[in-house]
Amino acid sequence: MAKFSGMKINPKRYHRSQLKFFLFLIPMSMFIGLPILFIFSHAFKPSNELYAFPPRFLVRVPTLQNFIDLVNFAGDGGVPFSRYLFNSVVVAVLGVFLSIMVTTLAAYGLSKLKFRGRKVMFEINTLALMFVPIAVTIPRYITIARLGLIDTYWVLVLPLIALPVGLFLVKQFIDQTPNELIESAKIDGASEMEVFLKIIFPIIAPAVATVAILSFQIIWNDPVGPNLYIDDESMKTLPFYFQTLAAQVGGPGATGGAGGAAAQGNPVAGQGMLAAASMIQFVPNLLLFIFLQSKVINTMAHSGIK
Amino acid sequence: MIKRMNHPAWFFTPYVLLFSMFIVIPVLMAIGLSFTYFNTIETPEYIGLRNYIELFTRDEVFMQHVLPNTVKFAFIVGPVGYMLSFLLAWMLAQIPHRPRTIFAIILYSPSMTAGIAMAVLWRVVFSGDQTGYLNAMMLNWGLIQEPIQFLTSPNYLMNIMIIVSLWSSMGVGFLAMLAGILNIDQYLYEAAYMDGMKNRWQEIFYITIPSMKPQMLFGAVMAVVATFTVGYIGVQLSGANPTPQYAGQLMVNHIEDFGFIRFLMGYASAVSVLLLIIIYTISKGTFSLLGERD
Repeated sequence: MAKFSGMKINPKRYHRSQLKFFLFLIPMSMFIGLPILFIFSHAFKPSNELYAFPPRFLVRVPTLQNFIDLVNFAGDGGVPFSRYLFNSVVVAVLGVFLSIMVTTLAAYGLSKLKFRGRKVMFEINTLALMFVPIAVTIPRYITIARLGLIDTYWVLVLPLIALPVGLFLVKQFIDQTPNELIESAKIDGASEMEVFLKIIFPIIAPAVATVAILSFQIIWNDPVGPNLYIDDESMKTLPFYFQTLAAQVGGPGATGGAGGAAAQGNPVAGQGMLAAASMIQFVPNLLLFIFLQSKVINTMAHSGIK
Repeated sequence: MIKRMNHPAWFFTPYVLLFSMFIVIPVLMAIGLSFTYFNTIETPEYIGLRNYIELFTRDEVFMQHVLPNTVKFAFIVGPVGYMLSFLLAWMLAQIPHRPRTIFAIILYSPSMTAGIAMAVLWRVVFSGDQTGYLNAMMLNWGLIQEPIQFLTSPNYLMNIMIIVSLWSSMGVGFLAMLAGILNIDQYLYEAAYMDGMKNRWQEIFYITIPSMKPQMLFGAVMAVVATFTVGYIGVQLSGANPTPQYAGQLMVNHIEDFGFIRFLMGYASAVSVLLLIIIYTISKGTFSLLGERD
């Protein structure tokens, strides 16, 4: 047989036939990755480097001053930075935990329980994959106000827990687990809940990791909740503080309304603080993904819409 | 207690409750409010189809700017982002594990920069004075005499939004497609070549895509949703809603403009409903394009 020259999936080692891919991937990921690298570099720049002309991409004399400014600036506004951070962490941890619970429970139900309406329910959820929360901000606000959730921690968490994508991915993942496992446990007298907790949950760890990442990203980055549903300054989260900061000090390139505000603040310190803020906002997402990426890819293998 | 939990209700109640409260009810309410005049203070007043009629006949901003912008943005960012995701995933699947992981992390990371991080980052690159990276570079090379107001100029804003959105389009769908390709049985390719398959193009269209169609569909839905969500970036980049001369105004911004700036919630709801219908139609259209049922 002639040597196979077609697609080689997941090769074990480098071969020169892969060179063409690297020649495309390396410049491509440089273009995509440089702005990311820039987030880090910019955050550690002292003010003379932030406004240097011509601007330098990489920091030369790294400093933590931007982070210190960021923390102090919050204190000036009455709510200390640690408070925003604390709120963000509490809300993210609570949200991720609840999201995992709620989603995996429902996914097991959809995958393994026999009952009427199961198919319809899955169809509705698949339809909801196309749901864009930003489109219904207004009725969501009205619903939340009616439920009396305004100004509670719950409002930062509850609207973001039911994740159609999460349910979808976990359900598809549980579909792959063998039914024999469940049957034999039931013969031994286990209830559905016991099967779920003791057998299924431990073996769907990759899917759980994926839900955790997705819901963390959504909650950690969410500016809508603290903006619209919370009036009490001391209950707001980091995305809100960063947004206010951006409006107050005015970002680079902002003119008109935002530029007028910039004149009152300190635009030089402002840009540094914003850079530090971007980094704080971004890094937890990145770390979580780096740690869990192999599990995410594993889950995604079963992500198909059939 | 746990020993007797067999009923589906134990599994579904929390999800269904939250799903209804924050997804189903708001969507239904948007539909209901879209037939009313509602200024948030008085009770909504039923006005039939008037919001929709106004949207299509009176709202010049919508017809002249928002709708064309949204269509242009969606029809570039959606398909190009989707194809780019596939192409990159396809290449990644053909290199060894370690470099693949590193590339995948780099390519996926822009989709994790939301809101402030994304806006700050790109505002520095496109800043309208000489400290903006692009301006500084072009001034340095003598390409321009004075800095260009990228973010406040209607001529540039839309294109910048498209670039930034494409930059961040390797999201969940990209990961799904990567996993899909990695899962294809190598044997399929070898068999196809023995049967006379000749080149890479045939490979992609006869083996790769059909074998991972479910992931392709999932990726398509994710691409459509991401496209319409990320559209908000125009307001963050230019720092104003409405964007300068409505150059970067998309439907999500129009909703916010009417709902939370002018407090015409009934009208804004009509725009929301239209947006949901558009997203749904595009997703379904993509499905039939990709051949859902074969």
